[in-house]
Amino acid sequence: MNDRSSPTSQKCQSKEAVICVQGLVNRFGDNVVHEGVDLTLYRREILGVVGGSGTGKSVLLRSIVGLKHPNDGTVEVLGQRLNALSGSQRSQIERRFGVLFQRGALFSSLNLQENVALPLIEHAGLPREEAEYLARIKLSLVGLAPQAARQFPASLSGGMIKRAALARALALDPDILFLDEPTAGLDPIGAAAFDQLLVTLRDALGFSVFLVTHDLDTLYAACDRVAVLSQKRVLVADTLERVAETDDEWVQDYFNGPRGRAAQRAADTPSSKE
Amino acid sequence: MPNEWITQQGEVVTLGGEWTLRHYTELKHVLKRREELGSALLSLPGFEALDTAGAALIVELLGIDKTKQAANDLPHAQQMLLIRIAEAMEAPVESTRTHSHRITDALASVGRQMVAMTVQQRQLLAFIGLVLATFASLLFRPRHWRMTATVAHVQQSGLNAVPIVALLTFMVGAVVAFLGATVLEDFGATVYTIDLVAFSFLREFGVLLAAILLAGRTASAFTAQLGAMKSNEEIDALKTLGLDPIELLVLPRVMALLISLPLLAFVGMLSGLLGGAVVASLSLDISTSQFMATLQKDVSVTHFLVGLSKAPVFAFVIAVIGCLQGFNVSGSAQSVGAHTTSSVVQAIFMVILIDALAALFFMEMGW
Repeated sequence: MNDRSSPTSQKCQSKEAVICVQGLVNRFGDNVVHEGVDLTLYRREILGVVGGSGTGKSVLLRSIVGLKHPNDGTVEVLGQRLNALSGSQRSQIERRFGVLFQRGALFSSLNLQENVALPLIEHAGLPREEAEYLARIKLSLVGLAPQAARQFPASLSGGMIKRAALARALALDPDILFLDEPTAGLDPIGAAAFDQLLVTLRDALGFSVFLVTHDLDTLYAACDRVAVLSQKRVLVADTLERVAETDDEWVQDYFNGPRGRAAQRAADTPSSKE
Repeated sequence: MPNEWITQQGEVVTLGGEWTLRHYTELKHVLKRREELGSALLSLPGFEALDTAGAALIVELLGIDKTKQAANDLPHAQQMLLIRIAEAMEAPVESTRTHSHRITDALASVGRQMVAMTVQQRQLLAFIGLVLATFASLLFRPRHWRMTATVAHVQQSGLNAVPIVALLTFMVGAVVAFLGATVLEDFGATVYTIDLVAFSFLREFGVLLAAILLAGRTASAFTAQLGAMKSNEEIDALKTLGLDPIELLVLPRVMALLISLPLLAFVGMLSGLLGGAVVASLSLDISTSQFMATLQKDVSVTHFLVGLSKAPVFAFVIAVIGCLQGFNVSGSAQSVGAHTTSSVVQAIFMVILIDALAALFFMEMGW
């Protein structure tokens, strides 16, 4: 728990912090989701955010990317407060994000390569042909067959939609990648490949990843630190080993339940990480 | 021209600098001018920055096998990225786009649209049959009547539409009265304005205007509601629960319109007559009592019945078209839009077509 004991203001000033959340409060009517959430995401790290259903993991993600205005507290992203910026400044910051939504959120009137090419055309200013060529490479990178590039989201399986959404999130080679349950709905082989791809790309491109997940294998295979959301705040944010030792009923059930132990065993066998 | 990306010293070509999306266009430009790398010795001491776009360019330049060899000298992270991209590009990335703008395509498109139209009409007939069959099977099983849903739809499509229907028909009534007065004045028959307003509203305008408003207001709502449910797989969920979407979703809507439209038509008639009466008393010196007396004397109740008899037909057609288009929505947001448009256009078209045929029929019958 030494992570929480240091004063948070110092953490935000350190250059290594790309996201710094302090005292975040979110309410929906009388329903308080967050009450003083403090969380820091450092450069080049993959931070797994876990928590039971309804503990506000997705709400936290939405607050950070600026889709939900927090009721109180501050969110600094890349050293800036999104809500304090003008529209064009904000767009400058936002194009350094890549967001993968829980259900993909692909544009249903565009085919896959057009989905991925859209930010390349709009923000990188590439001509259409070039953008679609790069888009097809990205689609292939996330493991989609070339024929899929011309298909529309409505005709795809859930796993393919997840992959295509990842390709779109990666389109601009973002500085921060937000992933909302990226491996949910993938088969185990695809999920493992996804974890590996994430680590490879992080190493090569040096982005930071904010990863909301339920997938224990992903936590063991890809995450540098894990933050546990519980009781309306971040209970603990530290390396997996230390989080697993936390004296909390939910954390113990989560990491030392049958699935947790199985994932741990799988991770202990070599070659799953790097 | 010297550049930071490719430098050549004797036999050795060195790649370096920032190979990123930001420089993509310039890089592409530089690469286009020096396609020949030939047998030159490659040196990749490491890039200042490398992202997927830059890596794709390198793979394009060197080819897949050579990239994998050359990547060995790179720092681990960049090497892994290059290899991943090279692997990704092993599958044929170029896609086949079929371009053709021939006249035959235009003809084929006309043909396709004609076929689509006939298919659509047949589908409409089939759907009407399905709705009627379901209706018949439920007629004597009141437990399956969805009263709550029906009443809710009556409120949405009927009650909530009263103000707009009343306002619209009131204004059209006033306009018809003015129009009649202008033409009939030349013959000194201004008083027949009353007959004109009464005939047109009882027989045609009351029900027609209400039906057109309902087609725009409610058919589109039905399509959007059912379309959103369809793309959210809610309709499939109903089917797998062993429930009949026609019974649950379509019949309450059809029933609601069958109740609402005659009432709205009645409101429209009254309000149109009121508009006529107001214009008559204010600018034609025909008092309201004279208006009422003429109405009673000249206009038989047949006209009212003729007008009202069309309302259930219109209601049925509007509801069925709205629901059918909703069921035809497929996935995308664009599809919801296209089918909503189509449902309004079709519903208004069918309403006017049926009205024209009915006018012919009633005229031949002498009603």
